[in-house]
Amino acid sequence: MSMRITYVLLAALLLLSACREPEDIIPSDKTDVGGGDAGDIAGFFLLNEGNMGSNKCTLDYYDYASGIYSKNIYAERNPGVVQELGDVGNDLAIYGSKLWAVVNCSNLVEVMDVATARHIGQISIPNCRYITFKDGYAYVSSYAGPVEIDPNSRLGYVARIDTTTLQVKDTCVVGYQPEEMVIAGNKLYVANSGGYRVPNYDHTVSVIDLSSFKEIKKIDVAPNLHRMELDAYGNIWVSSRGDYYDIPSMVFLISTESDSVIEQMDLLACTDMTLCGDSLYVYSNTWNYFTQSSDVNYAVVDVKTRQVLTRRFITDGSEQQFQNPYGLAVNPNTREIFVTDARDYITPGKVYCFSPDGKLKWNANTGDIPSRIVFTRKRLQ
Amino acid sequence: MIRALIFLLFLAPPPDTTEVLKESVVTAFRQPEKIIPAQTLQGERLEKLNALSVADAIRYFSGVQIKDYGGIGGLKTINVRSMGTQHVGVFYDGIQLGNAQNGQIDLGKYSLENMESVTLYNGQKSTAVQSAKDYASASAVYLQTRTPVFEAGRRTNLKATLAGGSFGTVNPSVLWEQKAGDRVASSFNAEFLYTTGRYKFSYTKKNGYDTTAVRQNGDVRALRVEEGLFGRIPDGSWRLKFYFYDSERGYPGAFVREEPGKFRHEDRQWDTDFFTQGSLYKEWGDWHLNASFKYAYDFLHYLSDPRLDVTTMYVDNRYRQQEAYFSIAQEYRINSWWDVDLAADYQFNTLDADLVNFVYPSRHTLLAALSTSMRWEKVKLQGSLLYTFVDDKAREAGAAAESRDEWTPTAVVQFIPLRDKNLTFRAFYKRIFRMPTLNDLYYTFIGNKYLKPEFTTQYDVGMTWDKAFVKGPVRKVGFTLDAYYNEVENKIIATPASNQFQWTMVNLGLVGIRGIDAALSAAFVLGPVNADLRLTYTYQKAQDFTDPDSPWYGGQIPYIPWHSGSAVAGFDWKRWHLNYSFIYTGERYESVANIPENHAQPWYTSDLSLARSFIIGSHELRSTLEVNNLFNQQYEVVQCYPMPGTNFRLILSFVL
Repeated sequence: MSMRITYVLLAALLLLSACREPEDIIPSDKTDVGGGDAGDIAGFFLLNEGNMGSNKCTLDYYDYASGIYSKNIYAERNPGVVQELGDVGNDLAIYGSKLWAVVNCSNLVEVMDVATARHIGQISIPNCRYITFKDGYAYVSSYAGPVEIDPNSRLGYVARIDTTTLQVKDTCVVGYQPEEMVIAGNKLYVANSGGYRVPNYDHTVSVIDLSSFKEIKKIDVAPNLHRMELDAYGNIWVSSRGDYYDIPSMVFLISTESDSVIEQMDLLACTDMTLCGDSLYVYSNTWNYFTQSSDVNYAVVDVKTRQVLTRRFITDGSEQQFQNPYGLAVNPNTREIFVTDARDYITPGKVYCFSPDGKLKWNANTGDIPSRIVFTRKRLQ
Repeated sequence: MIRALIFLLFLAPPPDTTEVLKESVVTAFRQPEKIIPAQTLQGERLEKLNALSVADAIRYFSGVQIKDYGGIGGLKTINVRSMGTQHVGVFYDGIQLGNAQNGQIDLGKYSLENMESVTLYNGQKSTAVQSAKDYASASAVYLQTRTPVFEAGRRTNLKATLAGGSFGTVNPSVLWEQKAGDRVASSFNAEFLYTTGRYKFSYTKKNGYDTTAVRQNGDVRALRVEEGLFGRIPDGSWRLKFYFYDSERGYPGAFVREEPGKFRHEDRQWDTDFFTQGSLYKEWGDWHLNASFKYAYDFLHYLSDPRLDVTTMYVDNRYRQQEAYFSIAQEYRINSWWDVDLAADYQFNTLDADLVNFVYPSRHTLLAALSTSMRWEKVKLQGSLLYTFVDDKAREAGAAAESRDEWTPTAVVQFIPLRDKNLTFRAFYKRIFRMPTLNDLYYTFIGNKYLKPEFTTQYDVGMTWDKAFVKGPVRKVGFTLDAYYNEVENKIIATPASNQFQWTMVNLGLVGIRGIDAALSAAFVLGPVNADLRLTYTYQKAQDFTDPDSPWYGGQIPYIPWHSGSAVAGFDWKRWHLNYSFIYTGERYESVANIPENHAQPWYTSDLSLARSFIIGSHELRSTLEVNNLFNQQYEVVQCYPMPGTNFRLILSFVL
């Protein structure tokens, strides 16, 4: 009896000591959503943020020629990159032959080949946020400026990166918690939010002279600045998130000639915006703590006349399906409108494609918290 | 005999403890269990389990999931039958541990060093004369510290223990028990713990990357000092306890992609907890009374400093919680088969935090429980009705939630069909709620004062069978089986408001849980070897039914495996003791979206311990060597929080 039990236990031990197989790299998931002709635009990349601390930033790709939406393409193309794309993707851009993803909580910018989405290199930048480019340099905004005597008053900076060597060449200290940037002529404009300094938000746009790479001016705009778009008339459209209590979200217009605010769009709240020709698409999903509710709007502004053309660019009522509209993009060739829905942030989101007149064409499942879309002229191999 | 007795305690609902503590001058007047059976780990069995904290021990219960962020310092919380951490009441020496701020108790902070027993009740405890709080949670864990026991002729017990091992862990402790006259005894216990928290772990993908790193910033320094006084009065007893805990720990954080070794992460937390509590029990014929009180002060300081960690933003917050609690419980025995109980509790909580726009909430809670139990030869019944009144105040007018009151019932029935009483059947129904925590309601930027309480409803049917044998290798066999259906309504969840940094709390969730808990235990005598075995198995289908339009409707809720179980085998031979413990957690998902991206692999660990005691003159030296995670499995309990591989611990205790 005792021997039998010993044998059983030994057998059990042996069984348990067997090594557990490691998990597979998660393959991409392909859906046919229907293709189309978009001229020289081959498709788009979509960056999913992934919830903080879950290391679930992922990359999707849509191909116009085949009509295939491929979810989560990075891992299978880069099995050797430890922990895939990383934690909380915040921005995505194409410059030259490279695709750049700013991964906020991984404190790095991932650089890929735009034709293959294969890893080329990475640039470590603590608490990096957004990226823009000019003349062979990438500019990345970061919250992690130098710490002065009071650790609460920590300015952010903009890093200048050589796009060939992928080295940080210089940094320029700006305002508190800088977000999006645009470059007009030889000047870089960055929207300072001060989001970590509640209720003392920053309310300025920093102007950097690109020759000296020094901050030359701060333009006083409104609290908690975030998005930026540069139009064909030399004006910057900058959004303020407001304070979520009394001051609502709004859009302001800055002239790059005078470097001053020239217009305030009072009734234009903004969560994300994108410019296509003279049309500025603005959507807002603004939260108010007093009413514990969100207000959602989908507007188009003519940047030439500065008039709101419509407040409902989705015309077939399908916006009712959205749980948490999050990202916005417009295909410059087809004028198709893309809206992402982050849903509850902890399950996969969706991307919706609308015809230029605002009718739903297709939708597809994405990764968690789909946010940035960039159109590519090079078809993904 | 002792082994058999301990085994009996381990297996079955603990019988009247007075039997075990014969030599104690101050017998705790603990009453026999009335109806609801419990899972208990006690005495030697608890000691041999390779468990450092209460959380490590509770993993061996069925129906339980421990959420473990890894390492000695990582947060460890309990979830019973998938209803959520905040539905589990944790009681320390009979009085509930509170955390009005977030409603969860870190069981990793409670040491097993001085623990007599750890007991888990589904539904509620059902002993005589219990406080209203004993009725007020969906399930409850009771941590009972050691009551002094003196051998004939002794007035002092002294024990010094030194433990240490992997992760640079040093863990000395001392226990001093002193008899002061025939009616009073004192117990002083102090424990210190330090660990670097460093351990290697690897992440591997098939045909992909394979990386090994060292967990950083997981160090813990903790000091615990407890003083207990135990006294006896005619037809009664009293207890008084002082508890002090002070710790500093690092937050290793989620292990996510980053340039290896580039940035240091240095988030830190300091805790200082103090409480004093006492109770008095007295019998006047058929009328029994228990009165108790508690005062607790908890201080938490969290620091994230960009001067130490360039990636972080400055956070320097201090939270102070206070709690005052009083309870009067009484029982009247109408006759030999019928009792009536009435209990009333009052609790007052405050929370102070240096947050912007903080409303400084406080909460008054009044609970009253009326309960009755009836016992016949074949049937036992218990019914209780709990009334709860909660009233919050805030410094700013209009900031507090409206006051609220609820009535919640419980009904329990037990049926003993056979004359030898080996077989019992039981069923219970319980409806109870948890109030939104002070964080849920008032945390700056996140809280929502319009939240409703989160309700649970439990239906359980079960059976217990046990049998003892005088002869043969098998001396005792016991089997329990429960099937249940639970529902969680108005589940309070965090939901995004409009971006990653803005969340708010809402009553959104509906969860349905179907489960089976089973446990089998047996004791053997195999020639000179005494052995015992315990197996548990849990099946849970815990589904999210929040939104019928969601593609994930009906998905298994995060971190709940369909299958889990444990096995513990102990062998005694002369002065040697060998213990093997095994835990299995099956596949599960990290999100209600049950897709490959969220899949979590099963994990299973084997722990082994070997103990031997030596007699040196009139003293005893006990030594134990533990090997944990014997096969060095690399696993996660929580996504991005790696657990330690193989590790060791050596424990030496000297009993004077």
